[in-house]
Amino acid sequence: MAEVVTISVNERPVSVPAGTVVAAALAWAGIGRFHRSVHGEWRGPLCGMGVCFECRVTINGQAHRRSCLTVCEPGMEVRTDE
Amino acid sequence: MSSRRQGFAVLVVGAGPAGIAAACAAAEAGQETAVLDSSPWPGGQIWRGEEGGAGERDARCWMGRLKSSGARVFCGATAFAAPGPNRLLAETPAGVLDLGWRRLVIATGARELFLPFPGWTLPGVIGPGGLHAMAKEGWPVSGKRVVVAGSGPLLLAAAAGLKRLGARVALIAEQSPWRKVLRFGRGLLRHPRKLAQGLGLKARLLGVPYRCSCWPVRAEGADSVRRVALTNGRRSWTEGCDYLACAFHLEPNLEFPRLLGCAIEAGFVRVGQFQETTVENVWCAGEPTGIGGADCAVVEGAIAGLAAAGLRERARALFRARASWHDFRAALRDAFELRAELRQMSTADTLVCRCEDVPRRELEACESWTEAKLRTRCGMGACQGRVCGAGARFLFGWENESIRPPLFPVNLASLAREAGDCKTA
Repeated sequence: MAEVVTISVNERPVSVPAGTVVAAALAWAGIGRFHRSVHGEWRGPLCGMGVCFECRVTINGQAHRRSCLTVCEPGMEVRTDE
Repeated sequence: MSSRRQGFAVLVVGAGPAGIAAACAAAEAGQETAVLDSSPWPGGQIWRGEEGGAGERDARCWMGRLKSSGARVFCGATAFAAPGPNRLLAETPAGVLDLGWRRLVIATGARELFLPFPGWTLPGVIGPGGLHAMAKEGWPVSGKRVVVAGSGPLLLAAAAGLKRLGARVALIAEQSPWRKVLRFGRGLLRHPRKLAQGLGLKARLLGVPYRCSCWPVRAEGADSVRRVALTNGRRSWTEGCDYLACAFHLEPNLEFPRLLGCAIEAGFVRVGQFQETTVENVWCAGEPTGIGGADCAVVEGAIAGLAAAGLRERARALFRARASWHDFRAALRDAFELRAELRQMSTADTLVCRCEDVPRRELEACESWTEAKLRTRCGMGACQGRVCGAGARFLFGWENESIRPPLFPVNLASLAREAGDCKTA
């Protein structure tokens, strides 16, 4: 996994090894807070396997994407609820 | 993506150990076979990103076999509807897959079972299997202090995996008592493969305390978990941590078999000797039929795949191997039975449904899962009750039997496709 992929997270560039999932890229960027619950509490990934939807973020303008199931692609734009 | 329907003689839902074994068996028998999975890669949760891990040899062997089997593999494809007989729709990032099948093998696996306790919604409280899987896919755990808690052998596997990736595992807290865990350990003598795995894990976890009859009381922190209070039923103490990896063993993914109308018995898909379900031309293998681990899933998957390909005698030859794994499955169930005290982990204010932020107090006023859904929106959020359903069953004994498509939140475009097709069907 020598190849590096650069994505943007909340408009900041984040570079990770190719094959890294978006959730992991957020963790690399020091982000643990992924989205806000209906009452405004911060949440982060729980199940890590696409079941709980707590890792959901906006990817390339598409809301509610499961970041634990999505592999980083060059130029991807990721937004948390920050 | 083409929305043209693609037809297969055998379609396998789920590309974990059971699904891969089923797809290989069917494809190698000359059946036009496809297997789909919601993850970006085949392997399921157990073989996910398995490089240098404990299951590496198995994973590599089966992945190679899948590749050369001729089975078509659709990854990143989440099955969300079965709008007509012998038909399935799956959503992918590129659009909807419209798949036809003559025979279907369900191998949807299991998820970790989460139970509510104060603070379990804090970022940094993650399933042990989930954290391990994400760590294998790049989630940084090196130097992080991790408390592993909950129940089941997965705690050990996840702890060993996290430790290998550089995490400092402070403690493994198993809710089951020593007596049961020891009996389970002795029983492994009859399953040399599992015994070797167990001893291997133990060696890799040298120096990491493993405490039985021990469970979390609450997780604390402002924006993410910083400490966890644990108890052994007599005294409580606090451990600092960057992550609390906590789940109470596994529960089967039954949404898809339920959608197809398969009978469920005592919490699992009811199957006959060839892994056939109560629905014609539908088989089921692996965790949805009972939590038995990857080795059990592989044998059941092979039986299902062979049976779906019409090779019943070859399937029959695997019955003995399966019986041995079913003994292991029964031992697993007895050893890691959840203790009643875990029902007291949550307080009146503890959120049970994390999607809709429903506290336990509101659920206590309800009589059933359906009433809870209608009155409180419990289970009506993004996960559709996949997380809180287990908590509600454990706390109140409610079963979530009603299931309707879409099985997962999907794009309106995907939904429009299903609706349009239903109209013309």
